[in-house]
Amino acid sequence: MSSGVVQSEKYRNSQKRKDFFISLFIGIFAIVWIFPILWTVWTSLRPYNDIISYGIFSWPRHLNFNNYVNAMREMKIGGYLLNSAIVTIPSVILTLFFGSLIAFVVTRYKFKFNLTLLLLFTAGNMLPIVLTYIPVFWMFIWVGELFGNRNLLYNNYGGLILVHVGFQVGFAAFVLSSYMKTIPKEISESATIDGANVFRHYWNVILPLLRPALAALSVLMTTWIYNEFFWALVLMSDDSKRPITSALRRLQGQYVTDFNLLAAGAIIAALPTVILFFVLRKQFIAGLTLGSTKG
Amino acid sequence: MKAAATIKKNRSRRSLSKGDRFTLSAFVGIPTLLQIILLWVPAVVTIVLSFTYWNGVRLEDIRWAGIQNYKTIFVNEPLFYQALKNNGIWLAFFVLVATPLGILLAYQVDRGIKGHAFYESIYYLPVVLSLAVIGIIWNFMLQPGGFVQGLMGLDIGNAISIWGNPDINTWVILGVASWRHIGYIMLLYLSGLKSVDPALKEAAAIDGATEWQIFRKIILPTMQPVNIIIVVITLIESLRAFDLVYIIYGNPTIFPLLNLLVFQNFAGQGISMKGAAYAVILLVLCIVPIITYLRVTFKEDLK
Repeated sequence: MSSGVVQSEKYRNSQKRKDFFISLFIGIFAIVWIFPILWTVWTSLRPYNDIISYGIFSWPRHLNFNNYVNAMREMKIGGYLLNSAIVTIPSVILTLFFGSLIAFVVTRYKFKFNLTLLLLFTAGNMLPIVLTYIPVFWMFIWVGELFGNRNLLYNNYGGLILVHVGFQVGFAAFVLSSYMKTIPKEISESATIDGANVFRHYWNVILPLLRPALAALSVLMTTWIYNEFFWALVLMSDDSKRPITSALRRLQGQYVTDFNLLAAGAIIAALPTVILFFVLRKQFIAGLTLGSTKG
Repeated sequence: MKAAATIKKNRSRRSLSKGDRFTLSAFVGIPTLLQIILLWVPAVVTIVLSFTYWNGVRLEDIRWAGIQNYKTIFVNEPLFYQALKNNGIWLAFFVLVATPLGILLAYQVDRGIKGHAFYESIYYLPVVLSLAVIGIIWNFMLQPGGFVQGLMGLDIGNAISIWGNPDINTWVILGVASWRHIGYIMLLYLSGLKSVDPALKEAAAIDGATEWQIFRKIILPTMQPVNIIIVVITLIESLRAFDLVYIIYGNPTIFPLLNLLVFQNFAGQGISMKGAAYAVILLVLCIVPIITYLRVTFKEDLK
C-alpha cells in the first residue's frame, strides 16, 4: 500500500519535470506559430514609405492606423464586409433552421426513410463541391431567364445563400440529430399527450432544448461560410457584390506593391472570425466536437 | 411487451392529424428538396456531362463523347499526373507528418500544463482565418522583400523566388497548409482526449509503462472513433485541397492539383467537359473515405 503511494509520488514528480520541459517547448513553438500573424499586424501599422526607405527590419519611425483608414477608403473594405454579412447571416440561420427540422423529424418519428435521409444529408456535405458547379451555374441562369431576370440567382446574394445552405445543411442535420438523440424521448411524449401539434412540438419544446447545440453550430457555420471562397468567386460576376474573402484575392493583385495597405486589409478581413473565436471559444470547440466525436 | 410497443407505435402514427402530416412533410420536404436540387442532381448531371463535349455556352451544343474526355486526361495530359502526384504528396505529408503532429500537440497540451487554454487558442488561430488571408500573410513572410528573405540577408535586388522554385515550393506550400491543419487536428483530438480517464494513464505509468507505450496501448485504442474520423478528414482535405494554391498561383500550371484542374476547365476562358471528368475522378478518389466515415458514424443505426 505505502509503496504504491511512494511510487505514485515519484510518478507525479517525474511528470512535473516533464511538464516543465514540454510547456517550455510548446511555448516556444507557439511563438513561432503566431509570428506570421503578428508580423502582418506589425506591417499593417507601418507606412509604406518607412519600409521602402529604411528596410523591413528598421526601427519604426511612424506607427499609426493610416493603412486601416486607407484600406477602408481605397479598397472599400467596408462594402465587402457588408456583402459578407448579407450572405453569411441568412445562410447560417437557414442552415440551422432546415438542419433542425430534419433532425427533429428523424429522431422523433419512426419513418422508414429516416436513416436514408440522414445518410443522404451527411454524405452530401462531403462531396467535392466542384462536382456541382457547372449544373448549379446553369440552373441559376436558367431559372433567372424563366422569370425574366438573368440575375435572379446568378450574380445575386440570394443564389449564393441558397448554395451555402444546400451544402452546409447536411452537416447541421447530422450534428443536430446526434445531439437530439441525447434528449430524452419522454419530453416529446408528454408534449404529444398534452395535445401539442407537430409545429408546436418543434417550436416550443424541441427548439429551446437545442439551443446549446445551435449556438455551437452557428459559430462554426459562420466561420466556414464567411471564409468560403469558391462559390463567391464563380457565382458573383460583379466584384462589388463579392464577400470580403473572395474580394481579397483581386485586391491582392491590385495592391501587390503596397503590402502595408494589403496587410491592413487582410487583418480587417480576418477580424470578424477571430473576434468570434475569442468571444465564443467554448461554443466553437463544442461545435467541432459535436460533429466529430458522437459515434 | 413487444405487442404493446407495436400498438403504441401504430397509435402514434395513426394519431397524426391531417395538419400534422402536412407539417411533417413540409419539415422533411423543403430541406430535402433543396439538398437534392442543389447537390445531388447537379452531381449526377456532372457525371453525365463528363461523357460529353460541351463548351458550356449553348445547351444545344452538347455532343456525346463517350469516354473520350477520360482518355484525353489519362493519355494526353501530363498535368493530370503531376496533379495526382502533388495530391499524393499532400496526402502523404498530412497523414505522416501534419496529422501526427496535431495529435502529439493535443496529447501534450492535454497534460494540463500551465496556460494550456492560451496555447490552444494560439495553435487554433490559423484555422479561423480564411485561406485568402493565410495566402496574404505567408506572402509577407516569403515574398522578395519579405521577412524570411530579409532574415536570409537577401534584399529585393538579390531576392529569390520561393513560390516559383520547384525544388522547394512543394514543401513551402505543405508547410503553410499544415500551419492550418495541425491546429484543427489538435482541437479535434483534444476534445476526445478529455474523455480518457487520467487514472488509467497514471496506473500504467506506475506499472512501468513508457510514455510511448501508454500512448499506443491506452490512448490510441480508447480514441478509436476519433482516430478514424481524423484520418478521414485528413484524406478528404488533402484530396479537396484548392483554395491556398489557387490564391498563391491563380492557375494550375506551377503546382497542379486535381481541384485546380477542374476549376481551370470550368471557370477559365475555355470551358471544357474535361473539367467534369476531373471532378468525377476526384469524386471516385473521395468515395472510400466518405463511405468509411458514414460507416463509422452510423455504425449502430446501420445494424
